[in-house]
Amino acid sequence: MIEVRDVTKKFGSQTVLQGVSLDIQRGEAVVIIGRSGGGKSILLKHLIGLLQPDSGTIRVDGEDITTMDERSLLRVRRKYGMLFQMAALFDSLTVEENVGFVLRRQGLESETEIRRRIDEALDMVELPGIGHKMPSELSGGMRKRVGLARAIVYRPEIVLYDEPTTGLDPIAADNIDRLIRRVWETLHVTSIAVTHDMKSARTISNRILMLHEGRIYSEGPTSQILESTDPVIYRFVNGISTPQKSE
Amino acid sequence: MESIASFHHQRPSWKDFLYQLHFIGVKSQSVVITTGAATGMVLCAQTFLQFHKVKMDTATGAVVSIGMSSELGPVLAALMLTGRVGASMTAELGTMKVTEQIDALRTLAAHPVDTLVMPRFLALLASAPLLTAESVVVGIVSSWWVGVNLLGIDSAYYLVNMTRYTDPPDVLTGLIKSFVFGAIIAVVSCHKGLTCQGGAEGVGKATTEAVVAASISILIVNFFLTLFLSRVFYS
Repeated sequence: MIEVRDVTKKFGSQTVLQGVSLDIQRGEAVVIIGRSGGGKSILLKHLIGLLQPDSGTIRVDGEDITTMDERSLLRVRRKYGMLFQMAALFDSLTVEENVGFVLRRQGLESETEIRRRIDEALDMVELPGIGHKMPSELSGGMRKRVGLARAIVYRPEIVLYDEPTTGLDPIAADNIDRLIRRVWETLHVTSIAVTHDMKSARTISNRILMLHEGRIYSEGPTSQILESTDPVIYRFVNGISTPQKSE
Repeated sequence: MESIASFHHQRPSWKDFLYQLHFIGVKSQSVVITTGAATGMVLCAQTFLQFHKVKMDTATGAVVSIGMSSELGPVLAALMLTGRVGASMTAELGTMKVTEQIDALRTLAAHPVDTLVMPRFLALLASAPLLTAESVVVGIVSSWWVGVNLLGIDSAYYLVNMTRYTDPPDVLTGLIKSFVFGAIIAVVSCHKGLTCQGGAEGVGKATTEAVVAASISILIVNFFLTLFLSRVFYS
């Protein structure tokens, strides 16, 4: 479904991605792990065409999105939903207007049907009856859940999650993880998340890719990566800041 | 260019357009009315003081009318709109940019120019000439009041000379200028907002740059428009 080949990206003199290649199949739940500032979010934004690589190709269902202009990309992006790190809700719109933004913009359905789908999406993220509230009235966890409702209300094929549990308390984080898992299982979407939260990675993925020094360092089934004895993976998964003498 | 292309791809939302029309057109009235009144009164007083020396008191109305219609009205209204509306647009779009709301819009298959720029651009094109006309009328009425009640100019001569020497091209020149200035404010302000970098500091910097760039552009473009339109209307 998504094929990334030899993608490189520089910001000034700093090379963030140095020949990243990966494949993601339809229906997978993939998590990309790696150090903070290691380019995970940059890679995620490349997958949806928010950023263009300096070189390399990214194919979505066979279409190379690296050669498309912004208007052509709008068509491809209809396949995607994305939950941003800070939710990125439109702060001048109510929760209901945020969630229904795409549906109303497309104008393909009646207002009654749009309201039904908004309510359905808010029910799915366990936030019924808050449609009238403004984003500024919501907690961090609630904002992320509304962001998730906005990302899934139009039934995308692929849902991207940028650090979905960052800044949340453990209970709120677990709640988000469960919702991501439920969205993947019930809507049969392809789920791609970037995180450095290992508990979250264990819950929401069936395959993990590790981004290290601008490249995909390792990939495999979730349990295999989390139990790996490779020094780089082991230190990251277990949060060990310096190599131990035994290594 | 993208704004022009947007016309072909997406019909602007009426709801957003009307919201911007209210914000720009209705809520800017107090600013442009005050500016027009103050400018008209001062221009009247200064012109009278000079014309009185050569016994041309009654020509004051004509000078104020032509000056307000073709130069001071559009330029000062545009500068006030740059400060009130342009700065607000840049700050709003810049904040959306640094909080990833623009990226969120793009992921929702909405082009930022179609969704955010076009309603503002069209609302400014519609509002700027109307606000300028309002400012000019208020300026002329204010100058008449000052001239007749405070400076002792005969009302009939004031009005006759004003209408005799103010031609339709003078009024048209001001309206054309205000239309162009509205486009400049919208394009510069939205561009600075959408290309804003960094956090709060970046938004502040972008807002300052937008106000300075739009103001300078208006003053420079005004000079060339004056030359161009005078050749069109009077050659």
